[in-house]
Amino acid sequence: MKELVVLSGKGGTGKTSIVGSFAALAKSKVLVDCDVDAADLHLILKPTEQQKEEFWSGQVAFVDREACTECGLCQEVCRFKAINDFTIDPVSCEGCGFCYHICPVQAITMKEQMAGHWFISKTRYGPLVHARLGIAQENSGKLIAMVRQKAKEIAQEQKLDYTIADGPPGIGCPVISSLSGANLALLVTEPTLSGMHDLERIISVCRHFGVPPLVCINKNDLNEENSRQIESYCLNQGIEVISKIPFDNAVTEAIVHALPVVEYSQNRVTNEIEKMWQNIVASLKGDKYAHL
Amino acid sequence: MQHKNGKRVIISIASGKGGTGKTLVATSLALSLAGKERVQLLDCDVEEPNAHIFVKAVLNHKESVFIPIPKVDENKCTYCGKCAEVCIYNAVAVFKNKVLVFPELCHGCGACSYLCPESAISEEYREVGIVETGNSKGMDFVHGKLNIGEAMPTPVIRKVKSYINSEMTAIVDISPGTSCPVVEAVKQSDFCLLVTEPTPFGLNDLILAVEMVKKLGIPHGVVINRAGVGDTKLDEYCRKENIPILLTIPLDSRIAILYSRGITLVEGMSQWKNNFLRALVKIREIAHERACST
Repeated sequence: MKELVVLSGKGGTGKTSIVGSFAALAKSKVLVDCDVDAADLHLILKPTEQQKEEFWSGQVAFVDREACTECGLCQEVCRFKAINDFTIDPVSCEGCGFCYHICPVQAITMKEQMAGHWFISKTRYGPLVHARLGIAQENSGKLIAMVRQKAKEIAQEQKLDYTIADGPPGIGCPVISSLSGANLALLVTEPTLSGMHDLERIISVCRHFGVPPLVCINKNDLNEENSRQIESYCLNQGIEVISKIPFDNAVTEAIVHALPVVEYSQNRVTNEIEKMWQNIVASLKGDKYAHL
Repeated sequence: MQHKNGKRVIISIASGKGGTGKTLVATSLALSLAGKERVQLLDCDVEEPNAHIFVKAVLNHKESVFIPIPKVDENKCTYCGKCAEVCIYNAVAVFKNKVLVFPELCHGCGACSYLCPESAISEEYREVGIVETGNSKGMDFVHGKLNIGEAMPTPVIRKVKSYINSEMTAIVDISPGTSCPVVEAVKQSDFCLLVTEPTPFGLNDLILAVEMVKKLGIPHGVVINRAGVGDTKLDEYCRKENIPILLTIPLDSRIAILYSRGITLVEGMSQWKNNFLRALVKIREIAHERACST
């Protein structure tokens, strides 16, 4: 069983559209949505929930104002500036419990937070494991680790070949959690200066965590000069550009119709994505990139 | 722009979904105002900062962002295990005659060093990112960069925001999403502009972003980018929820090409400046109304 994760650094480069198409193309897989704070994959896959579980994680401090003597020690020690006027701001509180431990009159308690939900669902393309982190919650990394673990278990039980994960944007905690231990990362970029800048950073993150990257340039013809620069940069880095997808409104139309673009219509985008999936299968099967 | 009390406003630019045009809006908004008053542009997307590319910022000062991590003096340590017991992040492990610290897990809360009965724990500093400051086209410019491999952007975001100068209007560019780094960046704003696109993805993520700003109690409005690309559900949602649409930017390949070359909208197509200024007038009215009513 092999784990593929689709990342980008920059948001909005087309990760979810591509994963949605892979869902339709790949035969033996579990789908995973690792973008737990702005998940969109379900809009294309239209899952039927089979299992819904609460995600309890992290604590928040509460002050019992009756017991509080307003000595101010908690406010003094809190490094997250989460306590003002002897009241905790739950959004700023990082749940460290420092205040709880030092309160001389035990007026502070720590309460576990229900930070979101995760789901195992059925889709017409196979099982999907996904989640929804509560608004303004922390610990997205933990939730992602849990979702990935569930997906792996399903793949092993049902003897499926791959897990295919739609990743979050950025390079921080949720990205690291989506990436670490995966067999291959597909990095979706676009030929804009922002896309190029962000690609370099996400490549470094892949290297840092020892996951071999492949690059896909989406909306390739938006700026062909930039696209050539991405190719030569990748060549220098020893990274293969496995696909150049042309810009086509069919991609957005497919989203509006809640369909994977490869099922929406036969067009030049479809052909490119099909070819890319074949390439990825070859890479995952042969562990062609294991040396990178 | 300022409140009646003289305080300049902080306008943050957020979105649930990535790639909807936050940086495009933030840079053009800031540049539209730059000739008229003192403006700061702060890029709080410290994971993937891009605003500097568009405004060609001249960065002349660089500062490291550190978080404090525990340093155990094993000559004093009795291996009592108190530090490991209080650390909620599992960043300290105590064995029979060894203490291990896992710096990547540490949030720098300081509980272990304060609570160590032997005073065996001091703190050392670990760099998690940098903040660079400078200027661009008559504006003050600040951005942060999270170091590669680091998980926690919030200390870097806090440092960027520490540069907010109450004598200037601050435009804050923010990362996508709705979780802790976004909240950290949006907090204390007088107004939050949510940039989205008229697709099911854009709408789904806008709804999440609206929930977030409501939870934080921040007045907000919407910018629709790539108008014409999808369906009308976004307009219907905004109307139903009574969220003002402050600016609409059409799907236009000329705008996309300018963006790809790192050119701001108001510099590439100067007629847009007035649209941004008009949006700013509305933002000021809404932020002001809210300030007076609370």
